[in-house]
Amino acid sequence: MTSELDIFVGNTTLIDEDVYRLWLDGYSVTDAVALRVRSGILEQTGATAAVLQSDTMDHYRTFHMLERLLHLLHQLIFQIPPSRLTVYPFWMGLTQPSESPARPRQTPFPLFYGGYYAFDEAFVREVLGKKLSKGTKKDLDDISTKTGITLKSCRRQFDNFKRVFKVVEEMRGSLVDNIQQHFLLSDRLARDYAAIVFFANNRFETGKKKLQYLSFGDFAFCAELMIQNWTLGAVGEAPTDPDSQMDDMDMDLDKEFLQDLKELKVLVADKDLLDLHKSLVCTALRGKLGVFSEMEANFKNLSRGLVNVAAKLTHNKDVRDLFVDLVEKFVEPCRSDHWPLSDVRFFLNQYSASVHSLDGFRHQALWDRYMGTLRGCLLRLYHD
Amino acid sequence: MPGKLKVKIVAGRHLPVMDRASDLTDAFVEVKFGNTTFKTDVYLKSLNPQWNSEWFKFEVDDEDLQDEPLQITVLDHDTYSANDAIGKVYIDIDPLLYSEAATVISGWFPIYDTIHGIRGEINVVVKVDLFNDLNRFRQSSCGVKFFCTTSIPKCYRAVIIHGFVEELVVNEDPEYQWIDRIRTPRASNEARQRLISLMSGELQRKIGLKVLEMRGNAVVGYLQCFDLEGESGLVVRAIGTACTLDKLSSPAAFLPACNSPSKEMKEIPFNEDPNPNTHSSGPSTPLKNQTYSFSPSKSYSRQSSSSDTDLSLTPKTGMGSGSAGKEGGPFKALLRQQTQSALEQREFPFFTLTAFPPGFLVHVGGVVSARSVKLLDRIHNPDEPETRDAWWAEIRQEIKSHAKALGCHAVVGYSESTSICEEVCILSASGTAAVLNPRFLQDGTVEGCLEQRLEENLPTRCGFCHIPYDELNMPFPAHLTYCYNCRKQKVPDVLFTTIDLPTDATVIGKGCLIQARLCRLKKKAQAEANATAISNLLPFMEYEVHTQLMNKLKLKGMNALFGLRIQITVGENMLMGLASATGVYLAALPTPGGIQIAGKTPNDGSYEQHISHMQKKINDTIAKNKELYEINPPEISEEIIGSPIPEPRQRSRLLRSQSESSDEVTELDLSHGKKDAFVLEIDDTDAMEDVHSLLTDVPPPSGFYSCNTEIMPGINNWTSEIQMFTSVRVIRLSSLNLTNQALNKNFNDLCENLLKSLYFKLRSMIPCCLCHVNFTVSLPEDELIQVTVTAVAITFDKNQALQTTKTPVEKSLQRASTDNEELLQFPLELCSDSLPSHPFPPAKATSVDYSSFADRCSSWIELIKLKAQTIRRGSIKTTVTVEKASPVGDGNFRNRSAPPCANSTVGVVKMTPLSFIPGAKITKYLGIINMFFIRETTSLREEGGVSGFLHAFIAEVFAMVRAHVAALGGNAVVSYIMKQCVFMENPNKNQAQCLINVSGDAVVFVRESDLEVVSSQQPTTNCQSSCTEGEVTT
Repeated sequence: MTSELDIFVGNTTLIDEDVYRLWLDGYSVTDAVALRVRSGILEQTGATAAVLQSDTMDHYRTFHMLERLLHLLHQLIFQIPPSRLTVYPFWMGLTQPSESPARPRQTPFPLFYGGYYAFDEAFVREVLGKKLSKGTKKDLDDISTKTGITLKSCRRQFDNFKRVFKVVEEMRGSLVDNIQQHFLLSDRLARDYAAIVFFANNRFETGKKKLQYLSFGDFAFCAELMIQNWTLGAVGEAPTDPDSQMDDMDMDLDKEFLQDLKELKVLVADKDLLDLHKSLVCTALRGKLGVFSEMEANFKNLSRGLVNVAAKLTHNKDVRDLFVDLVEKFVEPCRSDHWPLSDVRFFLNQYSASVHSLDGFRHQALWDRYMGTLRGCLLRLYHD
Repeated sequence: MPGKLKVKIVAGRHLPVMDRASDLTDAFVEVKFGNTTFKTDVYLKSLNPQWNSEWFKFEVDDEDLQDEPLQITVLDHDTYSANDAIGKVYIDIDPLLYSEAATVISGWFPIYDTIHGIRGEINVVVKVDLFNDLNRFRQSSCGVKFFCTTSIPKCYRAVIIHGFVEELVVNEDPEYQWIDRIRTPRASNEARQRLISLMSGELQRKIGLKVLEMRGNAVVGYLQCFDLEGESGLVVRAIGTACTLDKLSSPAAFLPACNSPSKEMKEIPFNEDPNPNTHSSGPSTPLKNQTYSFSPSKSYSRQSSSSDTDLSLTPKTGMGSGSAGKEGGPFKALLRQQTQSALEQREFPFFTLTAFPPGFLVHVGGVVSARSVKLLDRIHNPDEPETRDAWWAEIRQEIKSHAKALGCHAVVGYSESTSICEEVCILSASGTAAVLNPRFLQDGTVEGCLEQRLEENLPTRCGFCHIPYDELNMPFPAHLTYCYNCRKQKVPDVLFTTIDLPTDATVIGKGCLIQARLCRLKKKAQAEANATAISNLLPFMEYEVHTQLMNKLKLKGMNALFGLRIQITVGENMLMGLASATGVYLAALPTPGGIQIAGKTPNDGSYEQHISHMQKKINDTIAKNKELYEINPPEISEEIIGSPIPEPRQRSRLLRSQSESSDEVTELDLSHGKKDAFVLEIDDTDAMEDVHSLLTDVPPPSGFYSCNTEIMPGINNWTSEIQMFTSVRVIRLSSLNLTNQALNKNFNDLCENLLKSLYFKLRSMIPCCLCHVNFTVSLPEDELIQVTVTAVAITFDKNQALQTTKTPVEKSLQRASTDNEELLQFPLELCSDSLPSHPFPPAKATSVDYSSFADRCSSWIELIKLKAQTIRRGSIKTTVTVEKASPVGDGNFRNRSAPPCANSTVGVVKMTPLSFIPGAKITKYLGIINMFFIRETTSLREEGGVSGFLHAFIAEVFAMVRAHVAALGGNAVVSYIMKQCVFMENPNKNQAQCLINVSGDAVVFVRESDLEVVSSQQPTTNCQSSCTEGEVTT
């Protein structure tokens, strides 16, 4: 007696969170059944292995169907007028929207959705800043081996990144808002995706050995600051002619701004200005800093490092190496001198603020736009 | 020109990409009704075209309006080659033809293609302007309402229940026409879908005409079936109960002039005794009964013998049931005279209803059934389907005579079915013989009497159990005792019926689903030989099915079966029998005796030991079941009852029979010997197997109940959560050396495993009950067995006490707590592993503060953390998931804190096989939903194999039903039934085909709690799109 066909279809779709998780993690039906057995479900429910097998298969099939629906959704969303953006095709019948406001229980769809777009920290660290093209997909095998995440799960996560990237790539307006609206993701997850998309677009290098200590959270934090301050969208410059302006508001760094950053070079190139800057900072921090002497000794190096990073950002290559440079030029020197975080904060605050007192320096606004973001990033990057 | 149909095509969405080059579609729509076709403009390059067409107007006869479906075809325009069809929508406009139902059909319909499934949606508005036509020779029957519901629909009152209506139409099956060899599968499927749609329209119209002839205005319990007879054609047949319904809360309707039956009724002196039933049961009037002077037995026997001469020859299928006591006799005779004459002019006094207005059902005799094996031949003249009509007439006649043999003049809970394999067809009909109150069968003095009836009938909750036949002239050997309730009338020791449990019946404990399953191998044969072989097997199968049912009933410690449905399925090389019923303990019937096992060779010591071991096991099981189902009848000793019947109680006899096409008559004595106790003899391995199989049925896990009736006897505090589902399983038997025993075991395992899977799947709903569990067996191929189950899981409140007395305030509190419980149900699902079957007590649930989302979220996280301990890494990930749920969940929360009336839109269409929705009030019936779909694939593997294919198809069918209901302005389908699910596969060719036929009643319901808040609340018409938006954008 072999089972040829075995299905269960409900008028509302029941999603078992456990099985869903196993599916997201890319386990095969057999492995999933084994894991469920190990979780002790048989004893708790008095079910048999056959029942569990059938249930798991059924759920997997449902998830596959939902997955198709999910992808369809994005294809659709792109095409329909904004008022309909959030309608999902209820005819697929796999799930229905919540019955009535009084019964918020039935939220399997968003839950399914959120779960589907969730990602593993270990995985995202591997692909962050890489080009989301097919070439990288071949590397998924390696990532899978390295992280212990199943290939299936890797593929799903990678495809999610790619899908989101493709959809928001050509959109105007706030990156986070776009993602949130079009993918019905929570605020938090939308922010994460914004960071991923931003990194992928600018191809920031995150894989170097010296960057390994940084978490996805660190990068996401920096990405958010940069999106807020360094992109076209940040300045709020609505392009006058929408067709001519091909840059994405939130995804690309403001080219003009990067160009202008060259002007900052004077801070280190002009010896007088550099000395004045140093003395201003030292005067202000004397007695307040545990590592004052080290700071004093290193000031010129650090300042040179930070300003040079800014000046080089006109080249794409250097933009990619932004984080490598920041770590090399600032984080590592400070760390080798054992600066406590509080001292770093004091220093950076003073370092940025003092520039306002430099009479010969005319690019105060530019400096603030640059340093304001950089300060936040550096503080976040400064840890072991 | 009695009608004008107006159609407007508004827009489409989510269309498939038809032009690979541009990834877009140039769509236009053809609207066809009858022979008239209109087209919209082509909307270039869009997957979401906005046609906004003019109103297309069709001027048509109302006859066509009833027969024809509106056919909408969406196509992709192609300048150079033929236009590609995207898909079709068939809209049945019947609901627009009667005044009380829908006034407009408007909404998004899934565009369906038989090869690709659903491909986008189309927004259509349909209206009908009807002109009154008083032509008495008209062929249309507009205005007759149809209900699938097998009881009087909730917002109506039955003025008269006229009785049985039936009709069948036949046609050639397009799949078997010569043209099918040259046309595409799509064209063939569409031809079939269209034809069936047309045929059901015609059938409904013809039935409607019959109803109008009877002066009724509605058909209740409408059951329409398709027989795919293959080469010999396609039969669409329907049965129903004609009624005159009156909408409640509307001013008293004026009935049409007296109908013919009522005229004759008036000559009957029923006025002398308007409420005969009370004499028999009312304890206050025993003396009055005595005043009747005529001899009951005499009159009865005369009647029974005169009514049908072939009575003694015709086989009977009935369970023993009670007899009339001395006092009961005279009244009964009188009653019989009245109703009999009321029913006599009816060819078939049958009722497809399974639940009745109070007082309608007087006595129940037992189950009557008839089967007949026929050889199919080509239907030569589709306009005169005489053979099929004659076949059914024959069977119905037989049922009628069975009922008469049981002293009953009517059959209730009547249904008909077929099973076809190649050219052999088994026709089956079954019902419950009953004595009815004539008052509902005629018009006139109903008004006042009804009220009176209601009051007077209250004390007699056992009336229906009392035997309708005469004690001295019993149609079969049965064992009678005095009713355990009133102690005046005789009752049988067991009662089998096909109806729902009457609402006023006193039941002890809870009920349970009882199934008898049986397989019999049969040699492959052709034509006549095959039919004979089947005919020969049938009686044995029925006998065994009954034995199994009886054994299982006794094992459960119960004494009555309701909703009994015996299905016999014929295959190439086997016959399958599946009987499902809901067992209960009726307080009026005697306590069932145990089961005693007897061995054949009593001298063998070890054998003896074995027997006694088995006996002990059986006794233990009975005791356990009694505890499980809370069966604790009050102990009443024989002396108190004063039973004049000295025989021991435990004896069961049943007499049933079988009739074949050959008119050969078989009589079976199902009483198990002449022994005093119910004895199982173990004389060979077969019997051993039987006993074992008895004991292998596992009770459902705690917190679960199941029944195949509308509601579970003994549970009355339903909460509002329902989940309707369909589950299909197909197993392949290993063809080697199949024996009956192995086959039985396989089949038994299949059913048991299926039930186990259901319990497991639905464990998050505990405590809950699976209601209206409907099993269908088919044998699509030699070694394949297919079982389809449709049922609804309903949650209930464990604390029954809460339910008894409630002030409105308490009620709303109660409601709040249920809500909270429901809220928790999802987390419960998440952690069901760590907290198995742990129902949240309401007190605990209410204590959680749901007003803040953060709290809820954290409680979720806690629950999930609990969970995380049991399963690997991922607590981080889990948290992420929860956070992700927030945008929508959050929105919902804000909505929730607003007064419930603020958002009265209901975005979900509920589906249920029951006639009601727990915790809600049905305010309007919008019309019948009767849909037929074919789905075919030539890429079975790519669609996920047979399971993936069928899963998707059933999900699509649900979606289409929901869309049609929503377009009618409804928010639920009640009495939903999947009448057919024919699945055929050819894995070698990577092909599969499936036909599904579903029906139900589209309704508008309002939650009782909402009613309390705002009484005038009406769910918004066609709200699904706006709702979905609202849902997500919040």
